[in-house]
Order: sequence, then C-alpha cells, then structure tokens
Amino acid sequence: MRYSFLSLARNALTGHRDWPPAWRSPEPRASYDVIIVGGGGHGLATAYYLAKDHGITNVAVLEKGYLGGGNTGRNTTIVRSNYLLEANAHFYEKSMKLWEGLSEDLNYNVMFSQRGVLNLAHSDAQYNAFGRRGNAMRLNGIDAELLDRDQVAAMVPDLDCSPSARFPVRGGLLQPRGGTARHDAVAWGYARAADARGVDIIQNCEVTGLIRVGGRITGVETTRGVIKAPKVGLVVAGHTGHLAAMAGLRLPIESHVLQAMVSEPLKPVLDTVVTSGAAHGYISQSDKGELVMGGDLDFYNSYGQRGNAPALEHVVRSIVTLFPRYGRVRLMRFWGGIMDMTMDGSPIIGTTPVDGLFINGGWCYGGFKATPGSGWVFAQTLAKGHPHRLNEAFSLDRFASGHAIDEKGAGPIPGAH
Amino acid sequence: MLLIPCPWCGPRPQTDFTYGGDGTVVRPAEDAPQAAWADFVFVRDNPMGPHRELWHHSAGCRRWLVVERDTVTHDITGSFKPGEVPS
Repeated sequence: MRYSFLSLARNALTGHRDWPPAWRSPEPRASYDVIIVGGGGHGLATAYYLAKDHGITNVAVLEKGYLGGGNTGRNTTIVRSNYLLEANAHFYEKSMKLWEGLSEDLNYNVMFSQRGVLNLAHSDAQYNAFGRRGNAMRLNGIDAELLDRDQVAAMVPDLDCSPSARFPVRGGLLQPRGGTARHDAVAWGYARAADARGVDIIQNCEVTGLIRVGGRITGVETTRGVIKAPKVGLVVAGHTGHLAAMAGLRLPIESHVLQAMVSEPLKPVLDTVVTSGAAHGYISQSDKGELVMGGDLDFYNSYGQRGNAPALEHVVRSIVTLFPRYGRVRLMRFWGGIMDMTMDGSPIIGTTPVDGLFINGGWCYGGFKATPGSGWVFAQTLAKGHPHRLNEAFSLDRFASGHAIDEKGAGPIPGAH
Repeated sequence: MLLIPCPWCGPRPQTDFTYGGDGTVVRPAEDAPQAAWADFVFVRDNPMGPHRELWHHSAGCRRWLVVERDTVTHDITGSFKPGEVPS
C-alpha cells in the first residue's frame, strides 16, 4: 500500500483501525540467494538496494531481536558528510545524497531535517584545522562554511561564547546540509520498502553458526533452523567480531560501549546540531523537544548495552558548560550501544578471506549517517562479489597493507577514534 | 562505576585508571614477518565474556596492571601485577 494524502484520508474515515502491517512476518525458507545477518538500518538498506538496484529479491534479513533494536535505535541521529580524507568524503557524500531523496524513495517519512551540523573550534589550532577540513570538503564538492565567533554566537544564542567561557569559542565549521533524521523511521521505512519488493524479514532469529564447506560459506545455523545461501553478509555492528569469529576470522575491531541520553522535552531551543571535540559532547534537539546528547566512549571493551556513571557525567558536564542555560534541565533517559571500533576509525565494507562471506561493520560511532550509503555499496558488493569504487578503500586487508584510513590521525587505538 | 582492585593499592574507582586494551597480545620478535606485526598492531580477539586487559593506575600509583573482567557483565574477577598473570 502506497502512503499518500489519499490513503491517510481514507484511513481516517475508519478511525485508523484498518492500516495493513508495514511488512510481513514470514517463516524462514530453506534457502535464499543472499542472507543478511542483522536487521538494523544497514542490513535493511542493503536488502532494499539488492532488490531495487540489482533485482535480487530472494533475500532474507535475519534479526535476533526486533528491527532497529540495536544501534539503529540507540544513536543520536546525526547525519553529516564533513570528512577530510578522500575515501571518507566521497562515501559519506554519496550517503548524504541518498538521505536527501530518501523519504520520497521509500515512500516513508524519515523526517530528515537539514538543520546543519556545527563543529565548534576552541583554539586557533583547531580553527585552522577546521579551515583545512572545510577546504578539503569543498574541493570534494561538499558544502562547508567556516564561521567566526560572532557568526557562531548569532547562530546558537544559547551557547556560551563569552571570553570567560571554560571552552572559549573561536569559531566553527558548519555543514549546512547536515542534520538529523528519525532513526526508527529509517529502519521501518527500509523494512517496508524491502518487504514490498519480496525480501523476507525474519525477526527473533539469532544466527548461532556460519556453515562452511571447504572455505566457502553455504549457509547459517539459527535458532529457527539451518538456512542455506551462497552469499552471507554480516551487518551486525557491535557484534561483528563475535560473528566473524564463527567463521574463524579475527578482526581489527574492539567492541566498546557508547552512551547517549535525552533530557525532558522542552520548547524549541536549539535548531542545529552542535558538537565540541574539545569538550567531548554533542547536542541537538529532537522533534519531540528532547535535548539529545552524546560524547565519549566508556573506554573499555564491552558487549553490555549499558555504561557507567563517569562517562555519562562527563557528557552532561560538557554540555552544561557549553550551554549554561540547560543546567537545570532534567535528564530523562540514558542508554548504551555497542560500537565496533576499528583500528583506524573507518568502517570495513567488503569481502573476507571466506568465499561468499561479506562484512559490513566497524562503524565506530558514526554508523547512522552512513545507513543509506552503506546499504547501497554493500548491496553492490554482495551482488557483484567485489566492492564498488566507493567502498574499495574500506577493505579488511587495508590494515596489514598499510592503507589505513585514519581520519583523526589517532593511530591504532580503537578508543581514540 | 567500576571498582578496580589495584594489586598495589587495593580497590580504587575506575576514574583513577586509564584503559590500555587487550592484555594478551604479545609483541613479536624484531625480525618476525610483516603479517605477525600487522596482527600485533591491529588484530584483537575482542571476546564476548572474560577478557584480560591492561589498565594503568594513572591517578594513583602510576603502575600497569592486568585486570580480568567480563565484557558482558562488567564483573571484575581478578587483577594481577604484570608478569604474575596466571596462565
């Protein structure tokens, strides 16, 4: 069923009781052409583009819990493509362009709001580095504006831009096309659109083993039986290392917990996304009015989807230091998600040493914005058996060959990216 | 808050410490093949469950220790001086 003004009006007449389910809940079949492990945004996007762009519809998406119950529903919903390095810039800009047409493409409102993403500079050195990154972005055809302190103060009135501020504001790098989207809607929209093209979305189906015959993948063992497929794509975020280990692979990844939090809902106070690397915090306001905040990792390996008070306190402290006006706002909820932190801070999207096994992971804490682009390039990688030019740099073997994509220049320390 | 038992100082809050990553990786010999070095620098077991990891008591005695901690429950089951870690 196509969502439209007409369908809305028609269903209003029956009190909205007769809307059909947005996707089916089929029983798993014995075999598929492609199995995608992980029913988050990236996995569902992969299934959608496999069906739409490559005509491969005999596809199953296996999800151990419910759709979008992992990091898709735990992130801070920020979308941007403000990267310095070529490989990152082109990949994330492709994703940005897909975001710009996503609601129309999916016939589902993902509430993509290009309210701008502003990175704060607190020193001359940081300001100069932002100028360099902004120039690199513009040379790559991406929008970027370097703002001075007065421009930042005018744009974000609540920000403490006074000379006596704990984090004096020197300026900022703005990507006007950046913004936020409704994270759950992204999973639901992709699920609905993929399902409409014949993809089977199977929830409550945990993969417990990867079946290999002579170095080739032939299927997966699940809590709902064995399912065969010649191609399997792992799109499992924080559990990438854990699942890859089922195929005997060790990865350049550590899993860490990252916390995020929202305040009680407020009237509109902040109409852009503000980040401060120096203060370790970022903030935006959701359409419901909550201030959405995040910051640093807890900085130790973790698969527990919850963090500890010190990291939480650090984020809140940095936000109220930057925005003293929010000091008396009450925190409503906080939670944690498991980040697959790679050794260079960039994702891994491509083939593996096991024939038929493909990997899409290592998103560190920047996976949400990549959702459309990640699905788009991974669909092509699965369909053709080799990467698209936009993801060939994100290969698993780049570490050993000396081609790490270290956006921050932080070295092989996962927690530092 | 994690309560980390420093083998020299006793239990201390996690904010006293800096995390040092997987404590089981072993530095290869200088003339080891390139692949062994790539493995040492980049690749980790990243286990779900018990994990032996390095912590630095950076706001305390400033010594390194090896902590055995579960990565799912965050329970700490032991801490050792480097070189005194049971196999």
